[in-house]
Amino acid sequence: MSISRRDFLKLAGISSLGIGFSATDLLWKNRAEAVEYMSSPKGLTAKRWAMVVDLRKFKTEEDYKRVIDACHYIHNVPDFGNLKDEVKWIWTDTFEHVFPFQKNEYLPEGVQEKKAVLFCNHCDNPPCVRVCPTQATFKRKDGIVAQDYHRCIGCRFCMAACPFGSRSFNWRDPRPFIKRLYPKFPTRTKGVVEKCNFCVERLAKGLGPKCVEVSNGGLIFGDLSDPESEVRKILSKHYSLRRKAELGTRPSVFYIIGGDEDA
Amino acid sequence: MYDAGKILLGLIIFLAFATFPFYTNMGKAVAKPDPKLDTPVIQQMKVKQCVESKEFMRAEHMQLLNHWRDAALRRGERLYKGSDGRITEISFQNQCLRCHSNKKKFCDECHSYAAVKPYCWDCHIAPKEAKNEH
Repeated sequence: MSISRRDFLKLAGISSLGIGFSATDLLWKNRAEAVEYMSSPKGLTAKRWAMVVDLRKFKTEEDYKRVIDACHYIHNVPDFGNLKDEVKWIWTDTFEHVFPFQKNEYLPEGVQEKKAVLFCNHCDNPPCVRVCPTQATFKRKDGIVAQDYHRCIGCRFCMAACPFGSRSFNWRDPRPFIKRLYPKFPTRTKGVVEKCNFCVERLAKGLGPKCVEVSNGGLIFGDLSDPESEVRKILSKHYSLRRKAELGTRPSVFYIIGGDEDA
Repeated sequence: MYDAGKILLGLIIFLAFATFPFYTNMGKAVAKPDPKLDTPVIQQMKVKQCVESKEFMRAEHMQLLNHWRDAALRRGERLYKGSDGRITEISFQNQCLRCHSNKKKFCDECHSYAAVKPYCWDCHIAPKEAKNEH
């Protein structure tokens, strides 16, 4: 006797369930069990990492160059040799450009001429994170604004959103333009944006940022949420500025300008 | 049937193109991939064992690399405890490639065979390339 329509549908339903189960079984077969991911106990942690730039300590061209070169070497930052293609993690600019509304003709001597050290401000309210369509740029729990280059599609929204020009785009393959390749850190590729990462790879190993290490006290790094931290102590003693604080991005980089030898 | 000649000719040309890869490669055996593990670091290991079993790594290394990337980069968790309890630092360039320092004979061997072109090397520095470029 032939099968009834109702029985056929029942049978078809049960067999499709069976196919589904055997497929999931195949998918799960090769998975490792009991894997766990952990943070290194050696790593430095904070609620909000911040940097204080004591510009009084930057006196000669060499003071700036040492900091920039150290960073750019260990992060494989290319030097294209022209301003149009420039990629930068740390750079300098004039007082007037860095603090456009702080300028007046009667500032102490030497202040206006002084260049500021600039890097990503690791804002507490980062506009670059908000505009990123792929979440390639994101804010970590410790306040660092990090970027996943694997996920960057090169749309450059973050560059438009950042009021500080902290981000650079790789218009060309950066590899040939890295003078000395640092083998422990990846390079970037054509078509991605890059910027300062507050040395997250070093923090994970218990080391502070490289620029701080070579700055001879000009750069101070620490946890802004800890009243006992070095950055908080310095900020409580000296008047400091933040770049474009009026925009509400709450930068985590503070500048001590200082006039004469008032330190 | 209108234009039977033209249609048949078109069909023959189409079939010739569509089956081109099959008849040009017919009877030719492509050498099987033979990835090598004989790097200095692996040679010195007492127990030659990756972070997971050979079978797991062979089938799932791409997923594992993705998980490693997300753990290290996004969550800041740079240590991996494998299914046998061993703890490894998570770093493709500094951990994976420390042992597997033979990209050509380890990575490329299968990737080329399977016509897979992973973009790892656009950014991550392969051990050998680094030496040549200095």
